[in-house]
Amino acid sequence: MKIFISQLFDKERLITRLIASAGYSAILFVLLIFYFLISEGLPALGEVSLHSLLGTRWYPIEEYYGLLPLISGSLMVTLGATAIAMPIGIGTAVFIAEVAPRWAREILKPLVEVLGGLPSVVLGLIGFLILSPALRVNLNLATGLTAFTGSLLLAAISIPTIISVAEDALDSVPRSYRDAALALGATEWQTIWRVTLPAARSGVLTAGMLGVGRAIGETMTVMMVTGNAPVLANSLRMLFMPARTMTATIAAEMGEVARGSVHYHVLFLIGIGLFMISLVVNVTASAVVFRQRKRSERILS
Amino acid sequence: MNTSQQRNLIQKAGFGMLSVVALLTVLPIVLVVGYIFYQGLPAISFEFLTGLPREGMRAGGILPAIVGTIYLTIGTAIFSVPLGVAAAIYLSEYAQDNLLTRLIRLAIINLAGIPSVVYGLFGLGLFVLFLNFGTSLLAGSLTLSIMTLPVIISTAEEALRAVPQSFRVVSISLGATRWQTIRRIVLPESLPGIITGVILGLERAAGETAPILFTVAAFFLPRLPDSPFDASMALPYHLFVISTQVPGMPLKLQYGTALVLLCFVLGMNLLATTIRSRARAKRQW
Repeated sequence: MKIFISQLFDKERLITRLIASAGYSAILFVLLIFYFLISEGLPALGEVSLHSLLGTRWYPIEEYYGLLPLISGSLMVTLGATAIAMPIGIGTAVFIAEVAPRWAREILKPLVEVLGGLPSVVLGLIGFLILSPALRVNLNLATGLTAFTGSLLLAAISIPTIISVAEDALDSVPRSYRDAALALGATEWQTIWRVTLPAARSGVLTAGMLGVGRAIGETMTVMMVTGNAPVLANSLRMLFMPARTMTATIAAEMGEVARGSVHYHVLFLIGIGLFMISLVVNVTASAVVFRQRKRSERILS
Repeated sequence: MNTSQQRNLIQKAGFGMLSVVALLTVLPIVLVVGYIFYQGLPAISFEFLTGLPREGMRAGGILPAIVGTIYLTIGTAIFSVPLGVAAAIYLSEYAQDNLLTRLIRLAIINLAGIPSVVYGLFGLGLFVLFLNFGTSLLAGSLTLSIMTLPVIISTAEEALRAVPQSFRVVSISLGATRWQTIRRIVLPESLPGIITGVILGLERAAGETAPILFTVAAFFLPRLPDSPFDASMALPYHLFVISTQVPGMPLKLQYGTALVLLCFVLGMNLLATTIRSRARAKRQW
């Protein structure tokens, strides 16, 4: 009996250890990813001067590694996408959470989930074959493969993220807030704008931020529809011309570079940049979510 | 018109606008999916689904890409499901609210946000080059596993936490150990939720292209892979190749391939949703 119990507890301890190490593995993977990006990307800073990295010409075959066109391309496409996705995403979230009758909600939510699950190449295909020719004809452009085309599709990709986070934020506003506003004679519309949305604003902002994070990291769709010309975006007009993002550059060029070459290191350096951006976006967003939870806990107690 | 009428009018206009916005979100989805079905269905034939690509992929079937994607999905499941579920068990059943746990959560949030192409770089650096697996199904599955992990962990944790605390208390008070409680009580009760999360995670892995660009994908490989160390074609990458990299590709093949990929992904989504709603209907707590 004694032996039996000790065996039992040994097995128990072993399993506890295994499970705990699975939990810690998440930290390990983040560190591993960071380590490999640094070890392959940091040498670029020794091989290419900072001056030329901040140049305006990306032409690796002739050793021009100016990152500004790629950074500005990513920014332009992402800002365009955000400008489209924020109002639509938040509007849809408000509709689903506050306005829609039950049957409409039952239809809308699975459809939004489908949009979230569409592979980015499928959206890219539609953008390439349908959207970009349509834009070329209707907006009278030289080519339909522009930053704007990318923005439209990235908006579609980031909308499901925005909707689901914003909807959660709206749902977590206590019922009593709305009841109080309605009891004071406000219409439902006034309640939404003056009570519910302001109460959920940090969550709604988080939704927007995560949407931006989703858009800036998207690769295949932008690579297929933005025309991939690394040109510095220095005016609003550039939105309707071909552009090249950081992600598309890595995806398009990594397959053809030699391991350990300057070009290879610079592509990993761009990867470090993307990693840092997503780190900042997600850490900030999670901090907002944490604060919000604390506040609602206070209200409950 | 008095103020109350005016306010009602504003409300009506506002609600109308919101429903238009919601329609603006949903309509393109229906149109896109419908259009792909409409254009892609004529391409689907026995030969298309079971044949090898011929004439520089401009004819024949897409079997190697289908098989490659199935292998990748299974490979991803082999690595990410045990690890992800174990991590979820740790967070839900063992972890205390301390700095370390908060770090783990932060790491998971981070993993979820890292762009897919950066996973591709990481997979290239660690699995393909450093561990010398080469461009292979193994390297791709491992890369996709790490990408899928945060989805599996967070959905599985949610499912585990949904099991009422009283179930655990009763089990422990009957003399069961913590692990026995988890294995016999908590896991079975939360299984449908965990399976839903796993499928949703794998759905994402199956549709991704950027992480497999440098870790698995073969541009054109008209045979089936026969070892985990083989490179392979895969549906998303194949669709990318035939829609942008090969001139003169018949439209029918592009939409046909898109349709197969879409069915694969939407089928998984449907399966996950069905399991979830069935389990919710059956649940007694």
